[in-house]
Amino acid sequence: MQDARTTVDPAEVERFSRMAAEWWDPKGKFKPLHKFNPVRLGYLKREVSAHFGRDARALDAFAGLRILDIGCGGGLVSEPLARLGATVVGVDPSATNVEVARLHADRAGVAVDYRAATAEDLAAAGETFDVVLALEVVEHVADVEAFLGLTARMVRPGGLMVVATINRTMKALGLAIIGAEYVLRWLPRGTHAYEKLVRPEEIEGPLQAEGLTLLDRAGVVYDPLRDLWKESRDTDVNYMVLAARPA
Amino acid sequence: MVIAGGGYVGLSLALALADAVPGVRVSVVDLRPPAESAGDPRASAIAAAARRMLETLGVWAALAPHAQPIVDMVVTDSRLDDVVRPVFLTFDGRTEAGEPFAHMVPNGRMVAAIAERAVARGVTVLAPDRVVDFQVESEGVTVSLGSGAQLRTRLLVAADGVRSRLRAFAGIRTSTWSYGQSGIVTTIAHERPHDGRAEEHFLPSGPFATLPLTGNRSSLVWTERTDVADRLVRGDDLVFEVELVRRLGHHLGAVRVEGPRTAYPLGLTLARDFVKPRFALVGDAAHGIHPIAGQGLNLGFRDVAALAEVLAETLRIGGDPGALDTLETYERWRRFDTFQMAAVTDVLNRLFSNDLAPVRIARDVGLGLVDRLPRLKRYFIGEAAGSGRGLPRLLTGAPI
Repeated sequence: MQDARTTVDPAEVERFSRMAAEWWDPKGKFKPLHKFNPVRLGYLKREVSAHFGRDARALDAFAGLRILDIGCGGGLVSEPLARLGATVVGVDPSATNVEVARLHADRAGVAVDYRAATAEDLAAAGETFDVVLALEVVEHVADVEAFLGLTARMVRPGGLMVVATINRTMKALGLAIIGAEYVLRWLPRGTHAYEKLVRPEEIEGPLQAEGLTLLDRAGVVYDPLRDLWKESRDTDVNYMVLAARPA
Repeated sequence: MVIAGGGYVGLSLALALADAVPGVRVSVVDLRPPAESAGDPRASAIAAAARRMLETLGVWAALAPHAQPIVDMVVTDSRLDDVVRPVFLTFDGRTEAGEPFAHMVPNGRMVAAIAERAVARGVTVLAPDRVVDFQVESEGVTVSLGSGAQLRTRLLVAADGVRSRLRAFAGIRTSTWSYGQSGIVTTIAHERPHDGRAEEHFLPSGPFATLPLTGNRSSLVWTERTDVADRLVRGDDLVFEVELVRRLGHHLGAVRVEGPRTAYPLGLTLARDFVKPRFALVGDAAHGIHPIAGQGLNLGFRDVAALAEVLAETLRIGGDPGALDTLETYERWRRFDTFQMAAVTDVLNRLFSNDLAPVRIARDVGLGLVDRLPRLKRYFIGEAAGSGRGLPRLLTGAPI
């Protein structure tokens, strides 16, 4: 077991555990994440529906799909996906996060299989999924290439992989770290370290090496006038990579 | 979700959601089954934007045979005994691309048509029944019905009218004031055709309007002091008709009152908040405004279009439709528009229900100016037809 946890950085786990209780308060500490959530859920709903031939407007569009949410935190993504009919496995190395997520899903009457585990644990158990999500995770792992390799191997033939993170550019340093953590105080200082940010090529390379085909690279930008996040072609700061395993 | 109130507002919200989000579960609760309101003789002016919404929702086709387009509108400012009433404002009744800016539609038929379509889309209508209580918890709301049934849902919408009981249950306070006036509403049959023309005469006691219905019939909205209105409605038929013709004139030929006449007290009621956790107000429950510009129904449909869009977007991404941040998006979207419309109609009414010479002269000059400034007039027609900017998708004729 000790070996299987090598891609988790213990200091990162500890930091998020302290904040776990605040996860589901849309006006609390995680407000930025609640603001950010609709754009990535919208992207997932559209792209996953299109890929699997579902009606993107429907409430149960994801019925029958098995989805893995790596680094599920308090369940801000896992729970909505389960509401759309998916069988969701949410894993997080922080037991506190998983407890918070489980508590909330129970009260909301939504079934999510939350596990205090790592991606490595699932890969070792031979689990596979129609969709594997690594949202805002790769910038916190110790070995990006190894992490992407083992997670991509869990994507079933015909399945999808979505990776969302922050680019390692001067613009990202200015906006996502100095802006969001120091000026606007949206995120606690130290949430992101510049040298741990990941460029799109550093994600796409390992995914392709695992046999996945790249489908899309989309940027996400903040619109200060309307106070919301939206999709954009600008991938200099926040961006998402979509890849599929050929059927 | 559960919608309390099965009028056109509650039912169209249910239909819009069922249409936009396949698989969503919506129940509408009302004391009166929709089929029973089919005989309601009152008629409403449906603005162009609201008509586009009904078209998008697939109910306009059933209403079109009963809808009278308003192709012309005359506004006069007069004293009762003026022999000739100066016409200060004429509207070429089209907004854009040959679309009449409003249609007169009988309320009963509209409610029945929306209900039929909603049920076909999978909406559950619980009638006769009523919401007697509700309990908000962190992840849901339990709604208790008079029949003893309990519904567990994530959002309760109150579409139960200007004297909303649920608004009071929710502890939402209102700003209310009464104009001391009542609107007499009835239908008249007349000898000569109306040619699709609506007329609004600003008489000292308040606005007196005829709105064309199909055939040689018009809907009448006649404002008087509440005590006068009550006397007229309860009094002798002959007295009513004599007073009616005094105001209407003779251009429509002989006139006969058709069906019941009813007086509705006029007031302005604005809810301080439109939303609370797991609770939202729509239509008259959020804002009862003076009917002077015929905007009550159209404001209600704008609420429906905005709330349906916010809820559909949330439901489609697996979000929580009853979460306060979801509902606040709706509130922000509707609030400014609502208060603006309430303020405008209030000022219009105060200005026009007045016989003081300086006020009359000022408003006549004002109306005359409006008529001579094409751009300003277009703005007023656009506003009256609800086609300003920042419109919810349904009002532009696009699906959500």
